[in-house]
This record gives sequence, structure tokens and C-alpha cells, in this order.
Amino acid sequence: MSEAVLYDVQGPRARRRVLIGSIFGALFVGLLVLLAVRRLAANGQFAGELYEPFVSEPDLYRRLGTGLLNTLRAAGYALVLALLLGTLLAFGRLSSRAWLRAPAVAVIEFFRGVPLLLLILFFFLAFPLAFGIDLPPLYALVFGLTLYNGAVIAEIIRAGVLSLPKGQTEAAVAIGLRRGQTLRLVLLPQALRIMLPALVSQLVVLLKDTSLGFVIGFEELLRIGGQAVQVLDNPIQLYVLIALIYITLNVGLGRLAGYLEGRQRKTYGPDLPSQKVEESGLGQVSAAP
Amino acid sequence: MDAVLDNLDVFVEGFTTTLSLTLLAAAGALILGTLLAAMRVSPVPPLRWFATLYVQAVRNTPLTVVFFLVVFGLPEVGVIVSFYRFAVVALTIYTAAFVAEAVRSGINSVASGQAEASRSIGMTFSQTLRLVVLPQAFANIVPPLASIFIALLKNTSIAYAFGVFEATQAMNRLINDNGSDVIAIIAAAALAYLLLALLAAALFSRLERAVRPA
Repeated sequence: MSEAVLYDVQGPRARRRVLIGSIFGALFVGLLVLLAVRRLAANGQFAGELYEPFVSEPDLYRRLGTGLLNTLRAAGYALVLALLLGTLLAFGRLSSRAWLRAPAVAVIEFFRGVPLLLLILFFFLAFPLAFGIDLPPLYALVFGLTLYNGAVIAEIIRAGVLSLPKGQTEAAVAIGLRRGQTLRLVLLPQALRIMLPALVSQLVVLLKDTSLGFVIGFEELLRIGGQAVQVLDNPIQLYVLIALIYITLNVGLGRLAGYLEGRQRKTYGPDLPSQKVEESGLGQVSAAP
Repeated sequence: MDAVLDNLDVFVEGFTTTLSLTLLAAAGALILGTLLAAMRVSPVPPLRWFATLYVQAVRNTPLTVVFFLVVFGLPEVGVIVSFYRFAVVALTIYTAAFVAEAVRSGINSVASGQAEASRSIGMTFSQTLRLVVLPQAFANIVPPLASIFIALLKNTSIAYAFGVFEATQAMNRLINDNGSDVIAIIAAAALAYLLLALLAAALFSRLERAVRPA
């Protein structure tokens, strides 16, 4: 449904009212911007030396590039591992055997319900103290991300499998496939395709969460930015730049998810199987903050 | 295990702060998010653009970056308050973008006849939204709001890195004092978070049953 239903096609009087509203709206937004700019100017935030490093320090971009590469590396490793773990957990939860299903449900619910930072700190703090193994920060970050995203991806895959028509399972059983074969050969490939947009959206969450690496001293984009701020003393300018880098990457991924969804609409029509899953409450598919 | 039981008061203090952070930021995000959603569906283009820009920018920024901008950026322009207040501000700014998206999808889920009927009896846009559409929209979006606020509860743990004594900070202090019991301490903290999340989920599902349209 479009949003235009909240107001009518505008006649001359409504157009005039909207115009007046637009002027006041623009004034309101402009006032906010003006206040921000005045505040920034009053505190010398437009002084040249705060922006000068962006031009005069090519080294800054080399450092940020290294950070970005580390961010992408952590996200890439975590994505691969989380897909593996998620598939395993989804199989467990969809299994007909209760002794497989129960632990899978427990694991999924536990890792979804605990703060990600706690999982990362577990690998970073508990491993050296309790087992005498020092995990490098990259590993601690990747393992923490894997547990959380694996649990979420398991739910996405399960929702995808449940959204498939019953005939798929029945046909597989009819030609003599076992339960495991049915899942692996018939249901999983289709579920992954149906849930591809949801998986890409989850990738945005994963990429954002790699920034938690700064807590344990992993040199990803944000931590490198923090180090640069210590030297350059321009937190607002530098953190805005870093936010813009994240926004660019994530908007790109969001576009990709939208494109994939659009392609599916061509295949399945306006009612996507993944949306039906969401509405029926079988699985929580949309990415949480 | 002893390290946990002997220091229960530290945990309780930490989780009290976690809860108050969550509740304050949830209230702030609900207000700001609803305002942004109303701006996004309004007939006034500048307000729509502003709200869309806000939601898109904030949703695609990591919460940690929002924290950095608030904690290190605001003092640069003369705003100096406690880390606790900075944390509430950062969590509110971030969560509001997700609330706005949920409210907007709730508004879109209200049957168009509702808005048409209110217009036909002469209500203005803001009356239509306030008295007819929003109450029904909120009744429809209790489940997504629940998952947003549960995520907020978990996200408060990031305040630990910015000097707020909340649950994760409490856990960290206990680990520093009792290195040998590290697994028990982390497990206790994890279970407490889980318990709070389950409690919130139960409360929200009761709320959903209470407001569900008959």
C-alpha cells in the first residue's frame, strides 16, 4: 500500500496549505542545521587545521584502508563460519529427533538472547584465563560474531525451509529420499535462494558489529580512526568520515538486498514466500538493530 | 561460583544501571521514532526528506560509531555531561531510527479505508494520524517493537566501553578481581541478560494479546 492514502490528491487550497507547511518545515529543518552550524562554529570546529590532515596526510588514508581491510576480513571470516554454523543449527532444529532438536533450540535462543559483546569478551577474557590459550583479537571477534550470527542465520534458514510448499517434502519422500537427504538436496538449496535478501540484510548487521572489535583492541576501521583522533585531535570530522564509510558500504548492501527482493518478486509475484513467513510469525527474519 | 554469589551486590548494581539505561533510551526512542515516522508520511516534503535522511544514515551506522560521535564529539561543541547521559543519548539516537521504520510499516498496515473515513468526516492530516491511524498502527507493531527493545537491552552493553558502570562493566570488574572464576562470572552475566530478555518478551506478548484488534 502506498503512503499517499493518508492525504487526498491535493486541490488548490490543500496545495497552498502544503506549501505553507513546506516553508515552515524547511524553516524548521533549516533552523536545526543553523543551530548545529553555529554551535560548531562557536567552538572552532570549522578551523582549517581540523580538516587539513584529510588533504596533507596521505598516510591517514593508508591507515584507514588497513582498518577497512581488517573490518572486511573479520566480516568475511565470520560470514563463512556463521553460514556453516547456521546451517547445522537449522538442520538440528528441523530434525525429527527430539534429542537433536532440543539442544539446537537451546543454543539458538541462548546466542540470540545474549549481548554480542559478552560473547566476544568470553573468547577474549575467558580463554586465556580459564584454558591458558591466548586468542588473538581477530579470532575472539570472529568467533563471537559467528555464534550470534550463526544463531540468527539458523532462524533465517529455518523460516525459508518452512515457507516451502509441502509438496516439495512429499515428492522427495515419494522418490525414497531420507529425511536428511530431503533437507540437504531439496529443501536447503531452495530455502537459501528464498532467504537470500534476508541473509544480505543480516550481512549489514554483521558488518556493523565488527566495529565491536575496538573494545578488544582489534585494529579495525573504528579503532584506527580512534588512534588517528589521538594524534589529529579532530574527533567530529574523523568519526563523521568513518560513519560515512560504513553508511556507503551498508547502503550498497541494502541496495543489493532490495535488488534481490525485486528479482524474486518477478519470480514469485507480489507475495514473497519470505514475507509470508514473517507475517505468520514462524521465524523472526527481519534484521534487528 | 563463589565469586558470583559473594559479589551479588555488584551484579545487582550493574543490572540496575543496565535496566535504567534501557528504559530511558526506550522511552526516548519511542518518542523520537514516532515523530520521525510521522514526518516521513506527512504531505510536507522537507520534513519527509529530513526524516528519511536521518533513518537511512543512522540505520547504516554502527552503534559504536554513534557512541564515539556522542561521547567524543559533543564535548568538542561544549556539551559535557556524564558518560551515563551520553550513553542514553547515543542509544536513543540509534534506536529511534529502527522505531521509526517499525512505526512507518505499522502506519502502512492500517487499512486505507480508515484514513479515508477520517478525512470524509473532515479530520485534518494530523487528526487522522493522531486519533485514527497511529493507535491502530501501534497495536499492529508490538512484536517488531519488542525485538527492537530487546536488542536495545543487549546494546546497552556497549556503554561498558565508555565508562558506564552497567552489567558488562560489573562483570569485567569481577573478572579482574577473581580471575579463576571467569567462566562462572560470564555465564552468570549471560544468564541474567537472557532472563531479562525473556521477561521483556513475555511482557510484550501479554501486551500484544491485550491490544490485538478483536
